[in-house]
Amino acid sequence: MTTTTQEAKPSASSWRGVASEDQDELSEKVSVLLRARSRRLLGDLLRPYRKKIALLVTIIVISNAAALSIPLLVAIGIDEGIPPIRKGGDPTVLLTVVGVILAAAVTQALTRQAFLRLAGTIGQSILLELRRRVFDHFQRLSLSFHEKYTSGRVISRLTSDVESIAELVQSGFDALVKALLTMLGTAVLLLAMDLHLGLVALVPIPLLLLFTRWFRRQSTLVYRRTRETVALVIVHFVESMTGIRAVQAFRRERRNQEIFEQLNDDYRGANARSMQIGATFMTGVKLIGNLTIGGVLLYGGYLAIHGEVLIGVLTAFLLYLRQFYEPMQEVSQFYNTLQSAGAALEKLSGVLEEQPGVPEPREPEALPGGRARGKVRFDGVTFAYVAEMPILPRLDLTIPAGQSVALVGATGAGKTTLAKLISRFYDPTDGRVLLDGVDLRGLDEQTLRQAVVMVTQENFLFSGTVADNIRFGRPDATDHQVREAAKAIGAHEFISALPDGYDTEVGKRGGRMSAGQRQLVAFARAFLADPAVLILDEATSSLDVPSERLVQRALRTILADRTALIIAHRLSTVEIADRVLVMDRGRIVEDGPPAQLIAASGRFAGLHQAWLDSLSQS
Amino acid sequence: MPSVVVWITSTVTACRKWAKSRISPRHLRETHHQATEKRLLRRTNLVGMPPDTHIPRRPLLSSNSLWRMKSYLRPYVLRLSLIWLMAIVGIGAAISLPLVIERVIDGPVAHGDTGALLPLGLLAAGVGALEALLIFLRRWAQVKPVLGLETAIRNDLYAHLQRLPMGFHGDWQSGQLLSRATTDLSTIRRFLGFGMLFLVMNILQLITVTVLLLNKYWPLGLLVLASAVPIIWTSLRFEKRYIKVSRQVQDEQGDLATLVEESAIGIRTIKAFGRRHHVYDRYDDAALKVYGTSMDKVRLSARFFSFLEIIPNITLALVLLLGALAVGTGALTLGALVAFTTLMLQLVWPIASLGYILAMAQEAMTSADRVMEVLDTVPAIKDGATDTIDEPRGHLRLEGVGFRFADSDEPVLHDVWLDVRPGETVAVVGATGAGKTTLTALVPRLIDPTSGRVTIDGHDIRDLDLATLRSIVATAFEEPTLFSMSVRENLMLGRADATEEELAAAVETAQAQFVYDLPWGLDTRIGEQGLSLSGGQRQRLALARAVLSKPRILVLDDTLSALDVETEALVEEALRHVLRDATGIVVAHRASTVLLADKVALLRGGTITHVGRHDELLAKVPEYRELLAQDADLDDAAEGALR
Repeated sequence: MTTTTQEAKPSASSWRGVASEDQDELSEKVSVLLRARSRRLLGDLLRPYRKKIALLVTIIVISNAAALSIPLLVAIGIDEGIPPIRKGGDPTVLLTVVGVILAAAVTQALTRQAFLRLAGTIGQSILLELRRRVFDHFQRLSLSFHEKYTSGRVISRLTSDVESIAELVQSGFDALVKALLTMLGTAVLLLAMDLHLGLVALVPIPLLLLFTRWFRRQSTLVYRRTRETVALVIVHFVESMTGIRAVQAFRRERRNQEIFEQLNDDYRGANARSMQIGATFMTGVKLIGNLTIGGVLLYGGYLAIHGEVLIGVLTAFLLYLRQFYEPMQEVSQFYNTLQSAGAALEKLSGVLEEQPGVPEPREPEALPGGRARGKVRFDGVTFAYVAEMPILPRLDLTIPAGQSVALVGATGAGKTTLAKLISRFYDPTDGRVLLDGVDLRGLDEQTLRQAVVMVTQENFLFSGTVADNIRFGRPDATDHQVREAAKAIGAHEFISALPDGYDTEVGKRGGRMSAGQRQLVAFARAFLADPAVLILDEATSSLDVPSERLVQRALRTILADRTALIIAHRLSTVEIADRVLVMDRGRIVEDGPPAQLIAASGRFAGLHQAWLDSLSQS
Repeated sequence: MPSVVVWITSTVTACRKWAKSRISPRHLRETHHQATEKRLLRRTNLVGMPPDTHIPRRPLLSSNSLWRMKSYLRPYVLRLSLIWLMAIVGIGAAISLPLVIERVIDGPVAHGDTGALLPLGLLAAGVGALEALLIFLRRWAQVKPVLGLETAIRNDLYAHLQRLPMGFHGDWQSGQLLSRATTDLSTIRRFLGFGMLFLVMNILQLITVTVLLLNKYWPLGLLVLASAVPIIWTSLRFEKRYIKVSRQVQDEQGDLATLVEESAIGIRTIKAFGRRHHVYDRYDDAALKVYGTSMDKVRLSARFFSFLEIIPNITLALVLLLGALAVGTGALTLGALVAFTTLMLQLVWPIASLGYILAMAQEAMTSADRVMEVLDTVPAIKDGATDTIDEPRGHLRLEGVGFRFADSDEPVLHDVWLDVRPGETVAVVGATGAGKTTLTALVPRLIDPTSGRVTIDGHDIRDLDLATLRSIVATAFEEPTLFSMSVRENLMLGRADATEEELAAAVETAQAQFVYDLPWGLDTRIGEQGLSLSGGQRQRLALARAVLSKPRILVLDDTLSALDVETEALVEEALRHVLRDATGIVVAHRASTVLLADKVALLRGGTITHVGRHDELLAKVPEYRELLAQDADLDDAAEGALR
């Protein structure tokens, strides 16, 4: 979907408007040939199963040999078994052949079952390993990666991409292997029976390969077109339904219907093309197969008449030929599966090669005394997302253990950056951030997260009960401790009023609770985690006035005996702090207890006056 | 001529493969389209949604829904009969090809007759070409009706869904609706397009061949028939279990997707608490579950497919044994035995595939029920159309209005009385959950009151033509809905005929001039699939959209909440002009917004407790003071004070 060409003409689709598409998703190089890193990943995943794969190959060869032998055995039974019976009633040969057929049938069934199970086990194990590996890797990658990569893409890597590989493992692989082996086995059999006739029978193969190449190209195009068109249908459908309020309120129905029918028709067109290509290819292969049979019949018949070929051989030829061409059709059906699995593997291997921007220390240091006290120090810290534009030019700051610090400043002043550095979501470009005198980069994840917890405006609740969500702060907490935490925050009351109290399942993303209630749960979670340093990044801004008052009361409890950094949104929050830092363009411009700053005539005093004015205005 | 037997036997193997390549369990598995749809579902923000496996209950005649869809095939009757004809002739060609080859070998080759070889050989090639041609034509012919059916139903479904009111959409997740419009329709398409054809063809073939077999030599015929019993029984049983376990895998993958979604969206929380391992363990449990169930599926299929292959092979061995003995005693000729094995093997796949096709039919019926369930829902909000207003003045009255959700005992609103005279603006103030949004939804009839009535210029709005009503009323919602379309299209949602001047004026009123600075100006795609805008920008667009439709009654549902102080002041100034002419309902949280209104209605506990001027209420009503005398917003103030 190259936007430039599409948008140059104001066509029927001009309603869509112009956008620069996410290149990564759409211009995926669709190629069955894997790039080096995909091959590495695949090799890596397959390596533990080397022996099993060797076994698998043995099994499939036996299975195929057994399957191919049965028609031959029946022929032998009739050719060699019946004459003795006719002559004297001696059934030995017949019985032997029937016995061998039975044995072959049983062998074939058993090996086939073994193959399916073994292949399934290997496939599913690899899938499990891939899921685990990618998930774990995403969790290890730092926040800077996630902010760039977006959650939507993380999700599609772990769902749709893994599923396209699963699809190949589940349905494509078995048929693919079977088809290839049948073709190979048949070709060998044909050439072994009669080299001359065999070569004649295999003459159309180059034609077939050309035809297959045509199909592959067409199918790649059509596949992409189908995906694009169905995406538009789905997006339009879903947006109309989720935005039905606006649709109906603004009488949008007719225009929507026009657009939808157009999109639906495009999808139909792409689907039709796909069906036509499929039909053409399959019947084309069939035609080539049938004509080859005709040709072999003529040529072989001619040879047979002149005694150059045995009739038995000719007949066997014709029959094996029929099963030679069928698998081609099977393979073609899986081409798309193979293709999307290849693309998915490519993307996944790309993710797995990403390195965490905030690496774990090789040799973790211990905090003095084994437990964090909460003294935070910025030692000549510089931070920049982009090299030339430092957010924090050079910062020196010491926060003694137990102090509550409020950060005030305009958007972009660097408040959140400061918070992210203390919680080590990012590492400073230069300088050090120290907790109790230890560089944060020297602490292992466990120690750091136990000591420093950040609560943001984004109060994410996981699926599960309310209690589970509070316990997220400390997984080994007892029910009693969970309740105590909720009580301390002032969340106990509303939680008890929920249908199942603490065992109430929070709806999807905490949907059934109000924003304020969700935030209270998030606070309880942080309180239960009991960190030495607590960072609140605009944590109360989503609350309405009554809930905020409730939280502010709780904050006094939470902040006692704890180092706290509060990025404040409202002045009333600032008032509970021991110390206020006013930031401007990455620098601390004012620093002192709130009362002292108000008394002075700096920016904070100005802010405070503006607030007083706004109160009296309303 | 014993060696003739060889090839016939193996011809039959080929026939078996032939049938298998046509009808295989793959047809029941997901096609590529479906897989794509599923992937896209995930991409369009419906991630983690549990798969919708809801099956509507239909006690009577469950094939009913599917049968009712036949009208969609009506335009293609002629084409369909041709397809059926070609299918039957094609089968005939496929069966006769081996027969021609048999003649070649029994005739010219056996007797060294070069002259007869050429015509018969050409005939074989001709029959082969005919077979391929017939399949080709049939499959091309099938494209139109099969896709036509699907496309037409999808269009109708979409049209119907647009008619269904908010109440319906509140109960149904868009993902559920989508799975009906995509997955279910594909299932129906596959059955009506292919499955049904094969069902009839298979049954035809079954009957013919069975009769032939019994006719040839009944003891062996009975043996073959007996061998069919375990195949049918097993494949039916297998299908049931296979579908069940497939659904389970689907469900578990849905659970897994939910965890993935949470881990991606909640990454900050996870990192903040250092709960990587905790989250990983949860995910791993779910991944192991998927693994376990998938392995059940693998074992089930492995058993079934090997069983399906061993039965015919054993039968073949028995037929050979008994048949050969019969030939020895002269009860059966050699030729008959050969024909017998050929025919017998032709039966295997039609029988086995019956199981698949029946399961496919069942799925299609369920899908049809699910689609019809939506199509049969009667819109609860009916177009009045008995009454019109020629020159609406915009006198809005709520007369004892109450509203209660169908599944709740507590009313959201009760006894709401409000009179808004033409040109007047009323601010609605209330705490979260007081019912403000419900109240605003009543005016354009997005919902209907459960008691009382709403009137405009004295007309009950339920008697009005919906299109008229909604051209009188325009709403700017708090959560502005932007579609993945150009800015222009988004703005002109309610008025496709707006001129450039009107557009510019609306943009200015809403202080949305930023749209001109977007990369492609008004043609820039915004929304989920386009450029993302800030909350404030989105609200301004929603406002411009509402203003552009030049309504007599303008409803603003807390439309300014995400704007910074400066922009808000500008927007309010511009709105004053708009609201001078129109009747206005303004839901407000901030004092400054309230000041837009001529009077204020305080909504508490689902009813309007006070109506009056802002300063009156502020002075007299403590609850009102509590709601509006809030803190200053430091960020906003800081913008001003610090620069």
